[in-house]
Amino acid sequence: MNPDTLFSGVRIVGSGVDLVGDLLVRDGLIADFGASLGRPDGAIVIEADTAILCPGLVDMRVALGEPGAEYRETIASAALAAAAGGITTLAALPDTQPTIDDPALVQWLRSKGEATGSLTILPYGAVTKGCRGEELAEFGLLCEAGAVAFTDGLKPVASARLMRLALSYARGFNARIVQHPEDPSLAAGGAATESEQATRLGLPGIPAAAEALMVARDIRLAELTGGAVHFAHISTGEALELIRRAKAAALHVTCDTAPPYFDLNETSIGDFRSYAKLSPPLRKEADRRAVVAGLVDGTVDAVASDHQPRDVDDKRLPFALASAGGSGLATLLAVTLAQVHNGSLALAAAIDLLTAKPAALLGIEAGRIARGAPADLCLFAPERIWKVDAGKLPGKAQNTPFDGRALEGVMLGTWKRGARVFG
Amino acid sequence: MLRRHDKATQPERRFHGWLWHPDSNTLPVDAPPPLLQRSGVFYRQKHLLAIEGLEPPAISQLLDLAESYVLLNRSGKTQRDLLRGRTLINLFFEDSTRTRTSFELAGKRLGADVINMAVSSSSVNKGETLIDTAATLNAMHCDLLVVRHDQSGAPNLLAQIVDAAVINAGDGTREHPTQALLDALTIKRRKGRIAGLTVAICGDIAHSRVARSNIHLLTTMGCQVRVVGPPTLIPAEIADLGVTVFHEMAAGLGGADVVMMLRLQRERMSRGLVPSAREYFRFYGLDQAKLSHAKPDAIVMHPGPMNRGVEIDSAVADDALHSVIKEQVEMGVAVRMAVLDILSQGHGRNEP
Repeated sequence: MNPDTLFSGVRIVGSGVDLVGDLLVRDGLIADFGASLGRPDGAIVIEADTAILCPGLVDMRVALGEPGAEYRETIASAALAAAAGGITTLAALPDTQPTIDDPALVQWLRSKGEATGSLTILPYGAVTKGCRGEELAEFGLLCEAGAVAFTDGLKPVASARLMRLALSYARGFNARIVQHPEDPSLAAGGAATESEQATRLGLPGIPAAAEALMVARDIRLAELTGGAVHFAHISTGEALELIRRAKAAALHVTCDTAPPYFDLNETSIGDFRSYAKLSPPLRKEADRRAVVAGLVDGTVDAVASDHQPRDVDDKRLPFALASAGGSGLATLLAVTLAQVHNGSLALAAAIDLLTAKPAALLGIEAGRIARGAPADLCLFAPERIWKVDAGKLPGKAQNTPFDGRALEGVMLGTWKRGARVFG
Repeated sequence: MLRRHDKATQPERRFHGWLWHPDSNTLPVDAPPPLLQRSGVFYRQKHLLAIEGLEPPAISQLLDLAESYVLLNRSGKTQRDLLRGRTLINLFFEDSTRTRTSFELAGKRLGADVINMAVSSSSVNKGETLIDTAATLNAMHCDLLVVRHDQSGAPNLLAQIVDAAVINAGDGTREHPTQALLDALTIKRRKGRIAGLTVAICGDIAHSRVARSNIHLLTTMGCQVRVVGPPTLIPAEIADLGVTVFHEMAAGLGGADVVMMLRLQRERMSRGLVPSAREYFRFYGLDQAKLSHAKPDAIVMHPGPMNRGVEIDSAVADDALHSVIKEQVEMGVAVRMAVLDILSQGHGRNEP
């Protein structure tokens, strides 16, 4: 049996709790917390005066290299990066090789997560078999095996008819459809957001309308079917406005965004910097501000890393040919905290966007500070600084769009079910 | 001073996703090259990757030097000692006869050893070919690398990998710097100046690297630049580059000193950007009637090769009064000689 762990004199934040005091972990669960707890015999005592203790982060959008692209990232290396980033639970996209469209693969992925000892992997099931956008996958069987929702990953469900069927059919299993909102015909061949910069660089553009169109269509289909749709990595003000209105009309519409979309804008591409090539592309400054506003007013339900591991060879190509996607596990918390440090977000709101809110969307018991809840925790120094350095990040995927960014918020330790897995 | 073979003094090159290195843009400044000593060096880049970002003195210096090469070329003399022992490689990932020939001739007239390499652009992974080829060429120690590629930014990527001075001979839809320079030289010789002229660039602006380089150069040098074309061929927010947008030839050409036509590729029709060649010619093809809106002494330019009867009428293209298309080709060689001259000064290969 593991010894108890007592966090002493820390600021405990998460799911409505915000106090300075102690938190006791026993048998992998949060046994108690409060202003001052007694010290049990033999307990490991962690004193960290200015540090913040919050639930382990729940990252609802992560692409794992495994299975199929282990040269980019393995589950073991993703687990390392996740632990270093304070992430104890993540939802994995199904557009791997093979596609996660079979119950056995869902179970395999879950057990691979268990085997790391530091990470719970929640598999998304594919909406369509092979993510080909042709016929629906077996939602019921996938749910039974433990799929948390359905998505085709980086591919949108392009056909309106198929999306209608998916939303309808998923209702029977209380499952959400997670959409990559981008009209494929408008976005075809695009490499950057359509703008003056793309024109200067001679890069084919993707208009912001490509996102808004798909969001508008799917909101209408959610209304038609009564199904639940979740839009991933929202990057434009236009789309957020549509989602804001849909929420006001009490439709089952939710969304998340990723740190690049509220921390960076298109100018990060600079002189063909392929690490800043993402999907959706980095947008204009006005859109970045709109995403921040969405975080503040609650239109955005969660912040996910949108981690997309890429190899150097995927990126060292002319910009338009380089593969889109950025790694994000290690920087998820600190980039989100930047919005706290600059005064846009309250600390408790930022923590909830990374923990309780995505956990609720995924329908899981995690991301809460509560007696009897699993002791998935992370402890960080909110004001200690560090610099993102591609090449020196934990894990295999080094393709961070934040290379060179100075950040505040250093992870001191991560605990999974009471066991220290980082720090 | 940083020398090419002195690896110990070179900073470590680690790929960070940044395709630009601060050190790639610096030239040794302590010892100006002898040829330019009197006027000073204004062109301080190691490479020629883009016109965007060049300042008027640097552009003027290239044009002045090119003008002296025009005279040299016309006199039938050569200056074969300037680049003797230097190697120039023409690395073309896209077919081009005239640009490649022009660079080849420029190199040879200055005494360089010129090698032409055509790399099939139909190979499965163009990017891989680019990196591999660059590494191979670098190992062979060439001095000047002229690159054409169908991807915007490819020369920037190469410049990061190779030690040679890289000259962009056209990358995707981004820039074609030597074309803009030769166009500017043509204008300057015909009009006596560049500043203050009204230039109309007409046709497929969206897919034209020639248009972008010309917009940057001409706006930098003080021209009023207009772009004229159907809305489907005008790229997003191009007005922010300092140009005025027109969708009608009569208005766009009104009072223009220079009319610059662009090539319309057949592929644009198949992709639905323009319904047909005849419709395009009717509204955007340059004929005498449309040209009559420009100033009476306006000059007509085209980067070639021309689609006669699509973007330009033969009668205009061959009109000796207005058309300077053949002169552009002549200026091309002189401009490229000037570029090779200036870039080769930065190497310091002949120094002890």
